[in-house]
Amino acid sequence: MTVSKIRFIALKEVYHILRDPRSLTIAILMPVLMTFLYGYAISLDIKNVDLAVINYDNTSMSQELIDAFYASPYFAPPTQAVNMMDPEEILRKGGANAVLIIEHDFEAAVESRRPFQIGVMVDGSDNNLAAAVQNYSSAVISQFVKDQLPPNLEFPTVKLSLRMLYNPDLESSHFFVPGLVAVILLMICALLTSITIAREKEVGTLEQLMTAPVKSHQILIGKIIPYVGLSFLDGILVLFFAWVLFKVPFEGSELLLLGFGLIYVATALSLGILISTLVKTQQVAMMLALTATMLPSVMLSGFVFAIKNMPVSLQYLSYIVPARYFVTVVRGIMLKGASLNTLAFEGVALLVVMLILLIFATLRFNAGSAK
Amino acid sequence: MNSYAIVAENLSRHFGSFKAVDQISLSVKTGEIFGFLGANGAGKTTAIRMLCGLLEPTSGKGTVAGHDIFTQPEAIKNSIGYMSQKFSLYQDLTGNENLSFYASAYGLTKKNFSDRLEELSERLELAQFIDRRAESLPIGWRQRLALAAALLHRPRILFLDEPTGGVDPVFRRKFWDFLYTLAHEGVTIFVTTHYMDEAEYCERISIMHQGKIIVMGPPRELVQKQGAKDLQTMFIDLIRNRVGDRE
Repeated sequence: MTVSKIRFIALKEVYHILRDPRSLTIAILMPVLMTFLYGYAISLDIKNVDLAVINYDNTSMSQELIDAFYASPYFAPPTQAVNMMDPEEILRKGGANAVLIIEHDFEAAVESRRPFQIGVMVDGSDNNLAAAVQNYSSAVISQFVKDQLPPNLEFPTVKLSLRMLYNPDLESSHFFVPGLVAVILLMICALLTSITIAREKEVGTLEQLMTAPVKSHQILIGKIIPYVGLSFLDGILVLFFAWVLFKVPFEGSELLLLGFGLIYVATALSLGILISTLVKTQQVAMMLALTATMLPSVMLSGFVFAIKNMPVSLQYLSYIVPARYFVTVVRGIMLKGASLNTLAFEGVALLVVMLILLIFATLRFNAGSAK
Repeated sequence: MNSYAIVAENLSRHFGSFKAVDQISLSVKTGEIFGFLGANGAGKTTAIRMLCGLLEPTSGKGTVAGHDIFTQPEAIKNSIGYMSQKFSLYQDLTGNENLSFYASAYGLTKKNFSDRLEELSERLELAQFIDRRAESLPIGWRQRLALAAALLHRPRILFLDEPTGGVDPVFRRKFWDFLYTLAHEGVTIFVTTHYMDEAEYCERISIMHQGKIIVMGPPRELVQKQGAKDLQTMFIDLIRNRVGDRE
């Protein structure tokens, strides 16, 4: 019974979508256009990089070098102690964003002014961070060496050997575009559903529908379903363009990403439905959908600013921003080839947020129609 | 079976301090055509929305088709049909699609729907425009479509909120003839209108003013009792005197 009622609402919504070619064109072209614009236009800056250390030298000088790193505002010890000796493993497990590797013989080399290399390995999937680490660590090392030796002496060549894990060529687009996918999809999806109920309120068809024995949740879910299809198409287009135009690598499983995409658009559409129950007109719905998605998802998703650098209150706030989870998912799958195990938390979190949004929407819808 | 299709006792609805409907009481017999009159803003639509289970009353009691309006709005929805002044079917769907949509909303089976569609389409002469999109139809045809949608599930009570607004006299006449046959078949009809000739077709009418029912009874009796020339002058005098009261 419930299923058949949801189905007929969904079917009606499909008619609405297909018979409004203008809106349909916008719904498909806008995300593609936004991918172009944003993908070419953004770039940024970073502090407090979690730096783990692997010290093979174990001399007082190597310890001083480590202190010099941590004394700068750019580096901080990892929040959790890291006991692994394989830098790749440290980065993959998320213990730190960068690893400083000091080979043995460091002190001796500086003292005898032999050329020497300091290793730094960075998580390159976050390209801002990687670029920042490169600059900051060169600065810290050359300052350190200068301080160790009396003036007028020729410096030994202590060189920085930087290795990128993931995204080795440090393309900014590789870092941004996956995040962009999350933000654009959220905006479009919320926009699409936010106007559906508002439109029915404006025209008066909702009042008629409410005189029939149809339950609120059936209407809401029935309205979301067809848009899942449309938004999923948007998602595929945006990802495709990201991959083709910006040559973003695709390390992980396409199927896994599509699966997450499906959950994500459903969550975003639920947000739009909630907005729809809060307003009376399509115009207000659109405004609200744009402001409610654009700013939080750009600011609080980790798309532009790293979440761990935010004030604690904002970090908590970011948990309700669906884009936060999807940014992690897209970057994880596209750049690092992450598996379902690594992303389980994000998957569950998205489902929980979707459920909360739907419950609120149903409550609001009931309250609104009884007024 | 209950001989009253609609019963309301001291039914009120307040919006903040504004009493949109203020303690109205009425009972409508099964198969009766009841005219629910009043000036714009008198509270008619609010009252209808409460009776249809769309709006929760602030206080009072009421049953529609034997179901309590507070606790059984879902049961009420299954036994009533509702058609409003505004055409509220989907403009971008064809007549057929609109009707089949509402058939599903009321849980009709395919077979039930096609039988019912055939019957209604003959009685309301829908066949010629049923495959056109609603937006392209003249208003009279749209109203027929809306009426058909409201009747698909064979409701025992029909609520009509200014069903003939903006429609030509020929169509209005046909529409009322149809309402009469429905009433003969036992359907209770609760209708609001601004046309006094239509009010005269009703077995009983009530006139609402500022949230209250000020008179109720068969239209002719009311006219005689008030000593008015006809229903129209009675209506105007009643409302005008009341407005004078307050000033």
